[in-house]
Amino acid sequence: MQCDDVAPALAGVVDGTAVLGWGASRHVSSCLRCQAELAQYRRLLRTLHQMREEPVRVPGDLQGLILARIDASDGGRAAPWARRAAYAGAVAATAAGAAGAIVLVASRNRRFRLAS
Amino acid sequence: MSENVAALVTAAKGGDRQAFDEVVKATYADTYALALRLTANEEDAKDVVQEAYLRAYRGLKRFRGDSSFTTWLYRITANCASTQLGKRSRHRHDSLDGEAAEVRDLRPEIDPQMRAEGSLLRSRVTAALETLPPGLREVVVLRDIYDLPHEAIAAELGITEAAAKVRLHRARLRLRAQLFPTRGERGEEDAHAV
Repeated sequence: MQCDDVAPALAGVVDGTAVLGWGASRHVSSCLRCQAELAQYRRLLRTLHQMREEPVRVPGDLQGLILARIDASDGGRAAPWARRAAYAGAVAATAAGAAGAIVLVASRNRRFRLAS
Repeated sequence: MSENVAALVTAAKGGDRQAFDEVVKATYADTYALALRLTANEEDAKDVVQEAYLRAYRGLKRFRGDSSFTTWLYRITANCASTQLGKRSRHRHDSLDGEAAEVRDLRPEIDPQMRAEGSLLRSRVTAALETLPPGLREVVVLRDIYDLPHEAIAAELGITEAAAKVRLHRARLRLRAQLFPTRGERGEEDAHAV
């Protein structure tokens, strides 16, 4: 077993996607070069993983640009599915309003009849 | 924060545009960080983020919540970045092997800024990532920084899962060799320099 035979699997060993066979494990345990590579991959992958939490400088105008792009795409209106939802909401509100008005008129008429 | 985002996404799916604006506000910095790492270019990253949110807004109804909203958004961002990098490479040739890529010497003993350990290793890794060809950088960023599965990476980049694994292997190999060059590799570089 040579270093070149083992090298392709070393990064996979670090992230748990590869397992060394008996011969390869034996080679690594006695090979300082492969052990050093393994340690380097460990540092590399740990550092990459930590980078996710590292903040980057975000352009100040970006949020506005995103929202403006969305507005521009539908002419400042809501998305089609959102328009349908808004339409359904408006119909429901109108129906509720109409029902309320009927109740109000009915109760006024009743009060008026009682008074007279 | 993720619970807040989930509630806002639910409201946005119900047609609440203001809720979607709040989703943008809560997530755009992280999305930009991903786009910047994928494209290694601030202007490209800005374009990618705008396009990603537009697609997310239009496709919000299709978000079923199988994964978190941010994971879904990251997949869209990866797809947009891939398209953007494709457009860019039509103007400037970027080979997958990176033979035309700028070669930077990141060895600590050469670059005085890279001498310290710890957090400085992150800046060396960031610099090394920028020198990778886009096709390799995308895969290593999505897999090793953002933990996306090979299957998702392959789907968003329009490549096979096997190709994604090969690219990941090559990217890691290059990064390791660049960050921790062995004596033989240094000798080769010195010979090239002469």
